[in-house]
Amino acid sequence: MDKEILTLLENDARLTTKQLAVMLSKEEGDIKKKIEEYEKSGILLAYKALIDWDKTDKEYVSAFIEIKVTPQPDRGFDRVAEKIYNFPEVQSLYLMSGAYDFAVLIEGKTMKEVAYFVARKLAPIDSILSTATHFVLRKYKDKGVIYGAAEVDERGNCL
Amino acid sequence: MFDCEKVISERARATSPSGIRKFFDLMADMKDVISLTIGQPDFVTPWAIRESGIDSLQKGKTYYTPNAGLPELRAEISGYLKRKYNVSYKPEETLVTVGGSEAIDLAVRAVVDYGDEVIIHSPSFVCYGPLVSLCGGIPVIVSTDEKNEFRVTAEQLREKITPRTKMIILSYPNNPTGAVMRREDLEAIADVVRDTGIVILTDEIYAELTYGGRHCSIASLPGMAERTIYVGGFSKAFAMTGWRLGYACAPLPILKQMLKIHQYTIMCASITSQFAGIDALRNGDEAVASMTAEYDRRRKFILSGLDELQIPCFTPRGAFYVYPNISRFGLKSDDLASKLLYDYGVAVVPGTAFGAGGEGFVRISYAYSVKHITEGLERIGKFAKDSGK
Repeated sequence: MDKEILTLLENDARLTTKQLAVMLSKEEGDIKKKIEEYEKSGILLAYKALIDWDKTDKEYVSAFIEIKVTPQPDRGFDRVAEKIYNFPEVQSLYLMSGAYDFAVLIEGKTMKEVAYFVARKLAPIDSILSTATHFVLRKYKDKGVIYGAAEVDERGNCL
Repeated sequence: MFDCEKVISERARATSPSGIRKFFDLMADMKDVISLTIGQPDFVTPWAIRESGIDSLQKGKTYYTPNAGLPELRAEISGYLKRKYNVSYKPEETLVTVGGSEAIDLAVRAVVDYGDEVIIHSPSFVCYGPLVSLCGGIPVIVSTDEKNEFRVTAEQLREKITPRTKMIILSYPNNPTGAVMRREDLEAIADVVRDTGIVILTDEIYAELTYGGRHCSIASLPGMAERTIYVGGFSKAFAMTGWRLGYACAPLPILKQMLKIHQYTIMCASITSQFAGIDALRNGDEAVASMTAEYDRRRKFILSGLDELQIPCFTPRGAFYVYPNISRFGLKSDDLASKLLYDYGVAVVPGTAFGAGGEGFVRISYAYSVKHITEGLERIGKFAKDSGK
């Protein structure tokens, strides 16, 4: 049962404990308990909906920023990471192998706002050597979900 | 103006059209219908298997294969059946076909003569009766009972066997009921046929899709492989319905005849599909297990949903269908299916599409996402509430 609950919720966070119990042939109480354990231990972090904002009139801009850093003695990258991810504008932060150290995804209302954020808040952070900002032009797929075309069942009935 | 009606063969004219075709055509024109009718997986063929097919095309494998199929694939089929179900046919006793459908057709054509009787349990997939009739054979229908979980019994078969009985067609796991046969049920049937001249045709296309128990094939029982034509395929197990790939296994004298007909009608199955099939049998276990686990979750989910609506349904342990009993609503299966479609926007297949014994039942497929099934159940629930029964 262990990871099955997590896989099912990751795919559909709205599954109720009752539905999970039926699908996994378990008692609803056990499912509830397991979910609470996962939440407490920080394994199950959040339940979020995926929105295609392009289909609404919301004005926003996403940017992907490559950051090069000089690691701190004794702390490696953690301290810098903490400073970066504490900004609410930062949607995602990953430590990467390869040509740069951090991959950051941020969101703002306009390109100017994003550029301002990078220049005034991000770049000046101690130990950040350089940043390279790329603007997201279009989102095709995120977290396993394809954006854009509505899902159509093309299967034919062959009886 | 040329009168085409005059030239149609008697044989073709006498073949009854699928009862459900009209229903599907009507459904196709309607909007916002939650369909629960589909008879094929909602999974895409696993990528690695697709890649094998694509790879073979890139390498220029676009020619006819030997009639009976790529030797590699025949060897894999033989090994796979032995490994999975302890069914023993040598590679030379296998034949690669265009879907399980072609294998069934070949089996019937190789064995059934004019006037031969073929026992078919009902409800079951729509093709058996018509294929037997097309050969001039006589379908002898045995109705299976909900009380016996839609298993055809040795007694029922014994009752219907006559000196003209040539073949018995078994189809488990079963479409439309989802019923499966246990070893003891098959042993009893084996006892009935063992000293006769009757051939068993066993359509085990849903063999991989069983829940809570390993599938048992009649061909694995002592003394049965020598008189059994085993039909299997890739459609349901590996989500390869569109690839049109299946196989028949039979003792050599029967297989030779099937091969002969196959040579004239089809020549060989698609080479691309065959290369994909080799990969499926070699490396597809994990993908199959994952799909089966998902089907099983949905099976439990849909059964629980029907239970909440107080619509009785026997617990299926195979395929991806549930077969609820709708007699409580006092409507014929066809009428209920029409009402659900036109007034509630949810489509199910009336049991009568699978034989007269299907009256009082409908087939609901769970080859759909949980979300889709939930909405379907909601609409069925509205109907149940409104019906006041």
